[in-house]
Parts: sequence; structure tokens; C-alpha cells
Amino acid sequence: MIKQHYQSIIVQTICSLLIPFIQLFALYVIFHGHYGPGGGFQGGVLLAVSIILQRLYLGIKISHQKFSPRLAMAFAAVGLLIYGLAGIIPMIFGGSFLDYGNLPLFWVHDAERRALGILIVEIGIGLGVFGTLVLIFDNLVGERW
Amino acid sequence: MRWLNLFIMLLFAVLMLYATTGLPGHADPQAPANTHVSPTYIEDTIKDTHTPNVVTSVLADYRGYDTLGETVVIFTAGLACVLILMKRKGNDKTTLSKHHRSDHM
Amino acid sequence: MVVLDLFVSRYVYFMTVVLLAIGLYGMLGKRNLLKKLISMNIFQTAIFLFFIEGATKRGGSVPVVDELIGIEAAKYINPLPHVLILTGIVVGLSLTGVALAFLLVLYRAYKTLDDRAIMANMKENLE
Repeated sequence: MIKQHYQSIIVQTICSLLIPFIQLFALYVIFHGHYGPGGGFQGGVLLAVSIILQRLYLGIKISHQKFSPRLAMAFAAVGLLIYGLAGIIPMIFGGSFLDYGNLPLFWVHDAERRALGILIVEIGIGLGVFGTLVLIFDNLVGERW
Repeated sequence: MRWLNLFIMLLFAVLMLYATTGLPGHADPQAPANTHVSPTYIEDTIKDTHTPNVVTSVLADYRGYDTLGETVVIFTAGLACVLILMKRKGNDKTTLSKHHRSDHM
Repeated sequence: MVVLDLFVSRYVYFMTVVLLAIGLYGMLGKRNLLKKLISMNIFQTAIFLFFIEGATKRGGSVPVVDELIGIEAAKYINPLPHVLILTGIVVGLSLTGVALAFLLVLYRAYKTLDDRAIMANMKENLE
């Protein structure tokens, strides 16, 4: 049980300096997944790790005010919804399920449209993994929320 | 019991070691797994999706249905964690130990 | 000499088999449920290692298509096992989360994680 924040100014300063960089790197990993190692799963895990580090050094009470577990559940659901919509919208515009070539982005080339579809799906996966991991951590810690 | 476990483990290991003699060798370019569908993925990924990373294009485009099911699996796992461990209001007697059980009966 | 050739060309498989055997022994023999969970993770990791070993090609680069290397399939390692293992790792992670939640509930109910003690307690409750 994590009742209070960690009583050391060194740990608090280092963690509060580190967290924005972890989140920036997570966004880089998600959006650079087309051209190098990375993607939605890895970036989502990094985002979740930044929130879990905040939970560890700030304590449950303050960090629940900063990022609520209900918000994490909403993020997980929104990620899954983005993925589902990326599957269903091409069906409306005359393709098959998850056929990103039929997304309604008429100003770009067909293959480029597929790349944008992959990017949308990766963002959905990232949000879903992020929300789910924070949710699992919050429930395993066992505080009431 | 301990010796039975050890015997089962050794039997399993010997069986697996025997099975490895039929597998293709280390880093064999002509292995069946390397010649079936993966050349198509590597050669068509730029033409089809403009995505140089083949892992990303296979994950989200060629096999997107697979990844959709997998995202549903992890979301369901998160929901299962919430439902198993959620503390309901006004009902703290969630333990199943003996005296609690006898109180309720 | 034949045995040496066999070992040199298949040593990663042998290491995988060792990890699989350790995981199986832990799952069958250990009495603590948390140790059983850790053994299951070792077993899972051995399977991941087996798949990744199957993806390698001699003289292959990472599966990111580069203009300097060209577009021939023989110059890149097989991307398909990487994709399967990427999904497999995340499914294993969520499986571990749900299993830890179950273990937490079991520990709160019985104050132990020893499987025989839990079974004895369950039988007493039934009678």
C-alpha cells in the first residue's frame, strides 16, 4: 500500500524531471513506428510507465487527483473505439473491414492513405494499452477509488 | 512426488531435444518459415502502404484483424482486473474464510 | 563431429529447451502459486525466444526496408514471428495482470498462497 509520498527530495526532483521526457519519448515511439522500431504497444507501455512512476513518488492521493483511474478506463475504451472506427468507416465508404485504402481521405494517394490508417490504428492501440496498464496497476495496489 | 515431477521434466526435455534435430538450423535462409509468405510482405510493403517498417505494416495492415482481437483481449483483461478487485460500497465482507462463511450461513 | 555440428547449428534451441524444462518443473512442482505464475512466465519467454530464433536469416538486416540495402526479401530477416511475438508479449502481460488479481483475492481470503493449504481450507468449507 502506498499511503504517503516518498520522503526524499532527490527522488522527487529526479522523478519529476524524468516524467516529461519519458512521455515525450513515448510519443516519439508511437509516431515513429512507421520508420523505425516502435509502435503502439511499446509507446503505450512507456506512457503507462510514466504515470506509474508518478503514482510511486507522489503517493496515491495526489496522483489520483492528477490522473484519475476513471480517466485511465476512459482512455482504454477510447483506444479500442478508435481501432473499431478505423475498421468500420472503410466499410461505409465501400471497402471491406479494416481496409484503410477506402478511408475518406480523398486528397492523398491510395498507399499514403494506408499509411495514415496505420497511424490512426497505432494511436488507438497506444491509448488502449496505456489505459489498460494504468488500470491494472491501480487495481493491484488496492486503494479505493 | 518430487521425483515424479523431475521425471516428467526430464522426459519433456528429452522429447524436445529429439524434436530439435528435425528443425532447420540456425539462421537458415531456406527454412520453410522464411520462404512461405514473408517475402511477399517485405517486397510489397513500400508499394502497398508507404511504410518502411515491415513489422508495423504487417501488424496494423496485413494482419489488422489479428491485432484488433488482441486489443480486445487486453481491454478485457483490464476490465476483468477491475471486476475482480473492485471494492463495492457498503460491502467489505468479501473474504471467503471460515468464520465469515459460517456467519452468513 | 556430427554431434558438434548439430550442437553448433542448434544451440539456441537447446537453451530454449532448458528454459521450457525449468518453467514446466516450476509449474508442476512448486507449491506456492506465485512461484507457479513466475514459472509460467519463464515458459512463455522460452516460447518467445524460440519464435525469434526462427526468424533469423544469415546476412539479414532488421526488417525496416532501406533504399541502401534494396528490396530483396533475402536481405531482411523474417518479420512475421516478430509481429506474432509482439502481440504475444502483450497478451502475456495482461494474463499476468489478471493472474495477480486472482492471487490477491486468494491471499485476502485464505491468508496463504500454498496450494495444498488452500485446497484443505476449501474442503473444510464445503463440509
